[in-house]
Amino acid sequence: MTKNFAIFPLIILLTIVSLPIAVMYGFLILDTFTDAPPGELWPDRFTLAHWRFLWDPSVVGNVWKAAGNSLILAVSIIVIVVPISSLAGYAVSRLNLPFRRFFLAGIMVMHAFPAVTLLIGVFFVLKFTGLYNTMIGVILVKGSLMLPFGIWIMKGFYDAVPWEIEMAGVQDGASRLTVFRRLILPQVKPGLVALSVFAFLDGWGEYLLPRILAPGSDMEVLSVFLNELVQADQLGYDFNLFKSVGVFYTLPVIILFVLFQNRLMNIFGGGTKG
Amino acid sequence: MRLQLQNFTKCFDGTPVIEGLDLTVEDGEMLALLGPSGCGKSTTLFSICGIYRADGGRIMFGDRDVSDLPSQKRNVGVVFQNYALYPHLTVEENIAFPLTVQKPRPSKSEIAREVRAIAELIHIENLLERRPAQLSGGQQQRVALARALVRKPDVLLLDEPLANLDAKLRLEMRSEIRRIQLETGITAILVTHDQVEAMSMCDRVAIMDKGEILQIASPTEMYRNPVNKFVAGFLGNPPITFLEGHTATEGRFAMDQGLFLPLPSRLRDLPAGQRISLGLRPEHFGSTGTAQASGRIVFVEPQGREMLFDVEAAPGVVLRSVQPVRDDVGVGDEVTWGVDVDRMLAFDMDGQTL
Ligand SMILES: Nc1ncnc2c1ncn2[C@@H]1O[C@H](COP(=O)(O)OP(=O)(O)OP(=O)(O)O)[C@@H](O)[C@H]1O
Ligand SMILES: [Mg+2]
Repeated sequence: MTKNFAIFPLIILLTIVSLPIAVMYGFLILDTFTDAPPGELWPDRFTLAHWRFLWDPSVVGNVWKAAGNSLILAVSIIVIVVPISSLAGYAVSRLNLPFRRFFLAGIMVMHAFPAVTLLIGVFFVLKFTGLYNTMIGVILVKGSLMLPFGIWIMKGFYDAVPWEIEMAGVQDGASRLTVFRRLILPQVKPGLVALSVFAFLDGWGEYLLPRILAPGSDMEVLSVFLNELVQADQLGYDFNLFKSVGVFYTLPVIILFVLFQNRLMNIFGGGTKG
Repeated sequence: MRLQLQNFTKCFDGTPVIEGLDLTVEDGEMLALLGPSGCGKSTTLFSICGIYRADGGRIMFGDRDVSDLPSQKRNVGVVFQNYALYPHLTVEENIAFPLTVQKPRPSKSEIAREVRAIAELIHIENLLERRPAQLSGGQQQRVALARALVRKPDVLLLDEPLANLDAKLRLEMRSEIRRIQLETGITAILVTHDQVEAMSMCDRVAIMDKGEILQIASPTEMYRNPVNKFVAGFLGNPPITFLEGHTATEGRFAMDQGLFLPLPSRLRDLPAGQRISLGLRPEHFGSTGTAQASGRIVFVEPQGREMLFDVEAAPGVVLRSVQPVRDDVGVGDEVTWGVDVDRMLAFDMDGQTL
């Protein structure tokens, strides 16, 4: 970083601004492990009681099943979005397709389209095809809604790979497929990683689609589960329990972010530097 | 292997960029494709290696017609202007890549042996473990060359291979590329817009303009006997000076601005009054010569070993002279220097050499 401006005032400013958020998160974590006397802010004893939902299904129901459903959804989104985006992104970036411009514009529009507005149509389609209230239906809908984003991101990464590298590969005697697999794909790996993480996070965090398109309790994902918990009011308001489930729900997200934060920053560069 | 383009034509979006081009590169020869930007050098090169499909004519490698073969089947080595090394592979893997995609795939030890042999030829044995990002421009250039040569191509194509190097490296790689070409005896085409590169590295130079080959000759021959004004103006640094005027009586040449020079003896028979232009190279205007021209020095450019003088011989007529360094004259001095009349070039109004 260049030292064009004093860095200390900036740090102080940022600290002040982010302090409330930091305090909130701090208490969120703290509260899940402790109990405070009624009316007090500071806790006075340590307890694991709020986490007992992990092993005791009688507390809030089977949280592991919901987590498993969320995991299935998230991983399926990766499986759908990443391969299709990496192929389609290559095609729109490199191949001289007919209607290429039209196609690109279409992707942009679809990407900008709010998914909610499509919901009723999607609902009817799923009803009609018998995929309503199935996990597969949710996965397909969520996957296709995410594809424009994925294709666009991958196109950016492919655009950054010099044309000559591909030509050099062909000159070296490799088939187009070999060139793609051995020379091009490794260079968009940061894009693939970032897109995978995004797909996972998006699938993991999705609430609306599973809630509306698969309301059956068999298919309940964590986000829906958490929401029901808050509404159900089974145990009186045990806020610390809600917080614990919430932290449990957020944990994979945080872990992924910590592991891949550098790669994720890449994606916001539009893939201009792969 | 002998390479031939016969009546080769290439169009982009229906407009021909190159039309009916004929070119033969003899076995083991290095030929330069020289021309200004946009004249179609790269297009020709990419058509030879199969990146572009020719729209007409034939491309022959030896007796084999490769016009309809895809790049993979043509066995051409290409060095791209930006080297196009594979950034995620080490130098060794880069060079080995063409071998690993061969069918049948050679054994590991065979590949290692080939890579080592070519690395030794190109003097990069000590770089094999590195990645392209850890190499200097000249080293990347060498790796690109090694990769192009490792599968023993029939033809080697170089697209402005020196354009991205600094001046000193350019000089070094110039002779390196030539050395390697001579040692392997490979047929090569060098695309460049730098006349010095073309003349110093190649057996023959093909000079192109607007998709046409104007002249193919050895560098010396082309420098001495250019077919037209464009070629004469393109070769030579500092460039040739053109003098516009007409033939006069007694075998003289008269410029509109009032400067008179004798015509070269081979042109004395031209009828008087014909408009022509003369080309005077700076090395043919100086201390010796069969005729004299006088004027005032208006500009001096020292170049280390030599000096460049601009002499205004008549209003608006500047003759350029290159001479060994001398301190006895300077800007503003009146000088009378010799003109080597018989080595002057002459062109008619269409630019063709007389
Ligand atoms: N893909 C293309 N589509 C349309 N026109 C093209 C294409 N590639 C080249 N041209 C045109 O063909 C002509 C020759 O281009 P080419 O790249 O062969 O020039 P060049 O001699 O290599 O020039 P330079 O020295 O600048 O590389 C140019 O007028 C260029 O505009
Ligand atoms: Mg070019």
